[in-house]
Amino acid sequence: MVAEDSFISLRGITKVYGEGATAFQALKGVDLDVAQGDFVAVMGPSGSGKSTAMNIIGCLDVPTSGTFRFKGFPVETLDRDQRALLRRKYLGFVFQGFNLLARTSALENVELPLLYRGDPKAERRETAMNALDKVGLKEWWDHTPAELSGGQQQRVAIARALVTNPDVLLADEPTGNLDSERSVEIMELLAALNREAGITVLMVTHEPDMASFARTIVHFKDGLVDRIEQGNGAKAVTP
Amino acid sequence: MLGTTFLLALRSILRHKLRSFLTTLGIIIGVAAVVTMVTLGKATTAAVQQQIAALGTNILQVRPGQGFGRGGGGPRPPDFEPADVTAIQQQVTGVTAVAPQAQSTATAIYEGANWSTTINGTTSAYFVVQPWPLTAGRLFTPAEEGAGKAVCIIGSTVAKNLFRNVEPIGKRFRIGDISCDVIGLLSTRGQAGFGGDQDDVVIMPLKTVQRRFTGSTDVRMILVGVDQAYSTAQVTSTLTDLLRDRRHLTGGKPDDFNIFDTKQISDTLTSTTTMLTQIVAAVAGISLVVGGIGIMNIMLVSVTERTREIGIRLAIGAVASEVLMQFLVEAVVLSCLGGVIGLLIAQLVIGVLTPVMQVPWTFDPQINAFAFLISGVIGVVFGYFPARRAASLNPIDALRHE
Repeated sequence: MVAEDSFISLRGITKVYGEGATAFQALKGVDLDVAQGDFVAVMGPSGSGKSTAMNIIGCLDVPTSGTFRFKGFPVETLDRDQRALLRRKYLGFVFQGFNLLARTSALENVELPLLYRGDPKAERRETAMNALDKVGLKEWWDHTPAELSGGQQQRVAIARALVTNPDVLLADEPTGNLDSERSVEIMELLAALNREAGITVLMVTHEPDMASFARTIVHFKDGLVDRIEQGNGAKAVTP
Repeated sequence: MLGTTFLLALRSILRHKLRSFLTTLGIIIGVAAVVTMVTLGKATTAAVQQQIAALGTNILQVRPGQGFGRGGGGPRPPDFEPADVTAIQQQVTGVTAVAPQAQSTATAIYEGANWSTTINGTTSAYFVVQPWPLTAGRLFTPAEEGAGKAVCIIGSTVAKNLFRNVEPIGKRFRIGDISCDVIGLLSTRGQAGFGGDQDDVVIMPLKTVQRRFTGSTDVRMILVGVDQAYSTAQVTSTLTDLLRDRRHLTGGKPDDFNIFDTKQISDTLTSTTTMLTQIVAAVAGISLVVGGIGIMNIMLVSVTERTREIGIRLAIGAVASEVLMQFLVEAVVLSCLGGVIGLLIAQLVIGVLTPVMQVPWTFDPQINAFAFLISGVIGVVFGYFPARRAASLNPIDALRHE
């Protein structure tokens, strides 16, 4: 496998928090490649480094050493604002706690990334409505998070992540706060987006049931990639 | 981009209406206080100047004695002589007219009514020195003045209390021991600010008052009108030298008379009220700064409270400057809103207080614009630190913040 061809490529990534005696090495030289259009579930016990790796891939954090190429571009050379612009253009985020703006309608929440992109108002509205439609919440556009169920809130969050047509969707325990029925609905939605829109999905989870929706499952252990296996998602598309 | 930021700020402010209002309360009070104080201060200054102008400008009032008090023991300084008046007229340059005055008090009686009032004996020069138009009748003729006839010009207060509904001109009434014909009616001048009702007066020829009331040829006060082209200070100086000479004050002897310069008093009072206005405005200005600190305080709380929100914004791709601008614009919009509300309240308070304080209502665009500008500047200054803090947050930590 050649690094330059890879969509997302991590080579010898380390991350150290703190200094001196209290220093903690979260990542100890991670090598990982993710192909475009893949659906990757990242698993591992807490402290295994999976969240740190996700933050680096999400361009929210920078590695202490190693190279991280996104579409062949060395991300570690970018400064804070350049990484923000990269996130704005290519990445979408879904969090465990939904992280919607309170007292703000679903539509306004979904519009938020478009605001930063500087879209004109009418266009912004239409794009956001389409995104809400994709997650099946078109009728709920004027409801605030407090008026929506957990599953609905996560759908709004997914709509917000999708609204800019990102290449990659990063989901950090997206079903962590949901019951199993809602969790399956959300996973089906993510799988459908991956399958139909070709969005690369990276998801952190500790539930094997949820991980099984992915095509690829990456296991982290002690700051390193432990093993990689195929998920059910891969079987589904290759009958 | 700025339009979007403005929109975001407005949304955020409207989302927390009560908190926004409380945050900006300090600015509201500060702006309202500054504008009210300065406006009322200026109105008071204007009112004082008006009252002084009612006394007549460019007038020197010459009285025996030192200053307002008689000062210590010793014999009372002598009044002026009629010759002093002539001397001033002839020897002091820059003098338009000189009006001697002799004063007494007496009770006036007309039919059933009686009224105790001030008698002012003077010459027609009195009406040259200070403009005081008649509403009816005429001034003294030189013949009446020379003969010391019992004719009088009455003030509006006397007319009202003595003659009630009768037309006073041509009527004869008793005052003290004499009978007097009303030949003129003075227009109303109002309160003097200090010194009571100026309209409670009966003006007679100087000689009449000297003969029938004071019993001497002494002149109690001399009013000197000063030509606009001359400075009152210069005339005062010449006048002082002349009077010192005529009253035989040599060497180090202090003046036993005083010259009251209405213009100088006006200037002094104006500068005093202006200074007081500035002091009060400065105190009110402090409340503006306190208001600014209030904004900073709440904005800092707001940044902490909205750490997660900032994290979300950063995660979805807001750059640091956008977050900075969001919070800065929010602070400026808040404080400017406070400024506008403060200005409106100030107009209301001024509207209520001007009739109470008996000063003219004024609108000073300068101080209004200035106060508004300051409220904006306070937003920028005190909003910057919290905004800077928001913009420098680490997105990962911000997202994890509970």
